[in-house]
Amino acid sequence: MPTTLPLGDPVPADGSFPPEVRTALPSRADKPLGLYVHIPFCSVRCGYCDFNTYTAEDLGPGASHQSYPDTLIAELWFASRAYDDAAPPRALSTVFFGGGTPTLLPAEELARILGTARDLFGFAPGAEITTEANPDTVTPESAQLLAQAGFTRLSLGMQSAVPHVLATLDRTHNPENVPAAHAAARAAGLETSLDLIYGTPGESLEDWQQSLEAAIALEPDHISAYSLIIEEGTAMAVQIRRGVLPDIDPDDQADKYLLTDELLSAAGYQWYEVSNFSRNRQTRSRHNLNYWLDSDWWGAGPGAHSHLAGMRWWNVKHPAAYAQRVHQGVSPGHGREILDAQAKVLEHLMLRLRIREGLDLAEYNALPELAASGGVPITQDQLGQLVDDGLLEPGPAEPTASYRQGRAVLTLKGRLLADAVTRRLAG
Amino acid sequence: MSPKASKPLVPAQTDPAATRNFCIIAHIDHGKSTLADRMLQLTGVVQPRDMKAQYLDRMDIERERGITIKSQAVRMPWEYAGETFAFHMIDTPGHVDFSYEVSRSLAACEGALLLVDAAQGIEAQTLANLYLAMEHDLAIIPVLNKIDLPAAMPDKYAEELAHLIGCEPDDVLRVSGKTGEGVEALLDRIVEEVPAPEGQADAPARAMIFDSVYDTYRGVVTFVRVVDGQLSHREKIQMMSTGVTHELLEIGVSSPEPEATKGLGVGEVGYLITGVKDVRQSKVGDTVTSAKNPAVEIIGGYEDPKPMVFSGLFPIDGSDFPVLREALEKLQLNDAALNFEPETSTALGFGFRVGFLGLLHLEITRERLEQEYNLELISTAPNVVYQVTGEDGEVSTVTNPSEFPEGKILEIREPVVDATIIVPAEYIGAVMELCQSRRGRMEGMDYLSEERVEIRYKMPLAEIVFDFFDQLKSRTKGYASLNWQASGEQAADLVKVDILLQGDKVDAFSAITHRDHAYSYGVKMASKLKELIPRQQFEVPIQAAIGSRIIARENIRAIRKDVLSKCYGGDISRKRKLLEKQKEGKKRMKMVGTVEVPQEAFIAALSSDEGNAKEKAKK
Repeated sequence: MPTTLPLGDPVPADGSFPPEVRTALPSRADKPLGLYVHIPFCSVRCGYCDFNTYTAEDLGPGASHQSYPDTLIAELWFASRAYDDAAPPRALSTVFFGGGTPTLLPAEELARILGTARDLFGFAPGAEITTEANPDTVTPESAQLLAQAGFTRLSLGMQSAVPHVLATLDRTHNPENVPAAHAAARAAGLETSLDLIYGTPGESLEDWQQSLEAAIALEPDHISAYSLIIEEGTAMAVQIRRGVLPDIDPDDQADKYLLTDELLSAAGYQWYEVSNFSRNRQTRSRHNLNYWLDSDWWGAGPGAHSHLAGMRWWNVKHPAAYAQRVHQGVSPGHGREILDAQAKVLEHLMLRLRIREGLDLAEYNALPELAASGGVPITQDQLGQLVDDGLLEPGPAEPTASYRQGRAVLTLKGRLLADAVTRRLAG
Repeated sequence: MSPKASKPLVPAQTDPAATRNFCIIAHIDHGKSTLADRMLQLTGVVQPRDMKAQYLDRMDIERERGITIKSQAVRMPWEYAGETFAFHMIDTPGHVDFSYEVSRSLAACEGALLLVDAAQGIEAQTLANLYLAMEHDLAIIPVLNKIDLPAAMPDKYAEELAHLIGCEPDDVLRVSGKTGEGVEALLDRIVEEVPAPEGQADAPARAMIFDSVYDTYRGVVTFVRVVDGQLSHREKIQMMSTGVTHELLEIGVSSPEPEATKGLGVGEVGYLITGVKDVRQSKVGDTVTSAKNPAVEIIGGYEDPKPMVFSGLFPIDGSDFPVLREALEKLQLNDAALNFEPETSTALGFGFRVGFLGLLHLEITRERLEQEYNLELISTAPNVVYQVTGEDGEVSTVTNPSEFPEGKILEIREPVVDATIIVPAEYIGAVMELCQSRRGRMEGMDYLSEERVEIRYKMPLAEIVFDFFDQLKSRTKGYASLNWQASGEQAADLVKVDILLQGDKVDAFSAITHRDHAYSYGVKMASKLKELIPRQQFEVPIQAAIGSRIIARENIRAIRKDVLSKCYGGDISRKRKLLEKQKEGKKRMKMVGTVEVPQEAFIAALSSDEGNAKEKAKK
């Protein structure tokens, strides 16, 4: 979640949905509904991070480590009222606690917030419930508490196994705590995921290989590997501009992505989204997949983004402003946009291309929004050209079983150039 | 001190003996307009409440640049020793590009004020115009201006001027246009020194056009100096170069606002309005006569304006092409020297090949197109006019690298100029080094004073049209001034260098250069483009070639990563907007084969290295 919020239309104080959303929402009853819970606290601000997070323990009334859980709970109440006002209740398929560092709050508090969500929305059978965690903040006891509270999955911010890389990233955790935290999660029966970052200034290809091998050695269920992005306004952007750190090199990042795919594939992890790898279909992050599959989710917490039936909105950024609104019973929404046909088509294209199942061409070409916005269907010629350029997988030799049938699926090279492919297909 | 004239003389009834025609020769920032303002006030033709600074400069763009492009003539009364005189002050353009117009303005006068900033001394262009005035046998009145400035060194520069025109330092007048000091004495000196015009009052009318201006409301306003006879209101006049006749709708003098008169007599200067809409029908240098009783002989010195420098002008947005055409047509109404024809570039689309008198002319035209017509333009590198003789002996005129013959070439001739540079003596070495590197041949050098030197070079025009002036300024800490005038042509070993992107020739980047400079042009262009063109999905070789021979090469490596790594809930809107923006940006890309080249790359690659062209024109 980037710090800068988009410009949008104002959100009404009661958070009520506009007519087009109210009309569309009931027909989406069998789509998954997710809940994202943002915890805007960290013990240290990392130089590369532009997320909405703060290191102070007290950011004002309703926004301290102690009072924040109640503020969140108040938004969940608000959310359920707003939702129930528009559509029949829908149980949550996924919940994701992110940040920030959710585990800076006591496990009991996370459990209390989760319990409220369960009471208000209900959980669908087999719901996936994840929290992010800093390796230093997970103990066998806290892992147990989380599992007992209903969490099913733990995502550890490992980032790197190499001390000088962690230092450049301002990560303060002790790399030796990663195996311990991972073991604790496992012992508590949680699914596990490790987050890694590559392309940090000063990181060699060997450094990155070391990190990958360290992650693989723990045998997590899931690995996310992101190339470092230098965001405007971060401390790292300043350091690069001043020449204190070398700039990131996209070719270096490309090499590291190739290595990532190679080592993870060899270790039995398959890519299912550009930056996400999973041991099998069941251990994919369903919560994240829902972002790419046009599902609905409510984002709670300052700066959190939500999506319901073609409407995206985002909350006010600062925790104190957020808390004040929530406690006054006013929507914390800062702005919203109702996607027009053209935007929906472009999002569909750019998001489906990122995932392993690719873009269903028949579905895309038949999107009512494509015709409505005067868009042009994708042609065999375009696809042929992209296959020739090595960016899309060729069709299967046996036109029967392959999932690639009728789908545009990125090759390894194509994944690195996904945005270029999107632009070419968007015409 | 003389009082201002109580009863001005009436036009068409003024004795030539009481008429004085003069112009002011000055460098652009030496205070000509301010001095003119004081004269307008002292002679009483402009009331103090109507006075505005630089009264005579009408065009905004001129006012903005502080320079005068179009000359005008002002009639002012002045009393001297009990007699009333009629002055005609003819404003001369200050820049080298307009030297033909300057020569016509000078031909309309009997005297010239040589106006020099007392803190800066004479500049090259002023010197060139001074020589021109001397060739026309004008009485020269040397004047140092801005003597009120603390940095003024009137004694030093009086010496310099005296040395140049062969008078005594004491003869150099000292004035301040700003405070008015010395201006009355100057007006008296004009009566004393400038000869009265001579002409035959009873001969058929002949008047020389020295300027021609398009006015939205009145059509073309033609400024003339009557040599013989008389022109009268409502008579039919004839342009002697073409024989075309026009009705004389209005005749008058500027004082300084236009005032209709019954006519203009021998030696008088004024304006004509005939209702024509295009200045090309009323050409500078042409002779106006009476249709009923036409003169036989045209006044000498008439020339058609000849473009020296050509450049392609292309709208960045291709759909602006008709707007550009219309804008050029409108500018042409007021600029007989501007000529253009449509040009198609594979890289830049539809545009025009435009001929200019020089670089300032090019810059001013471009600036007006951008400011007054809201156009965004790319201009290709300026090109001079080459005469190319092919193997078959056929001579072709090449104003555009794309016209350069492909086959074997017997001879190429290029225009050369006489360049004059005035510079403090300490920079002689730097100037010589620069001129030598631009294929210059030194013709001579004179010390104007102990510190300042006039250096003369014969140089190919092509070598000074692109960034020479910038280089000259930067190597002399801004002290050098430059003037040039055409001086025939010479044979030279020239070649066309093409730039290829992925094997496709980019016509906009082709250039005609001397063989010795071809390699460095190729290397410079290739490495510039490597920086300017974003990486594509495939490798793009950039080559510079003479014919089929590759002389330089660079490679733009294929882009390998073009994907946002993280794209979760909050990133989606941002990512989509970025893609939308990139889609928009694609419209501003020009396709060269399959290579997408941003407009900015064309603009940057075609501009000079040091500073931008605007700075150049201002100096």
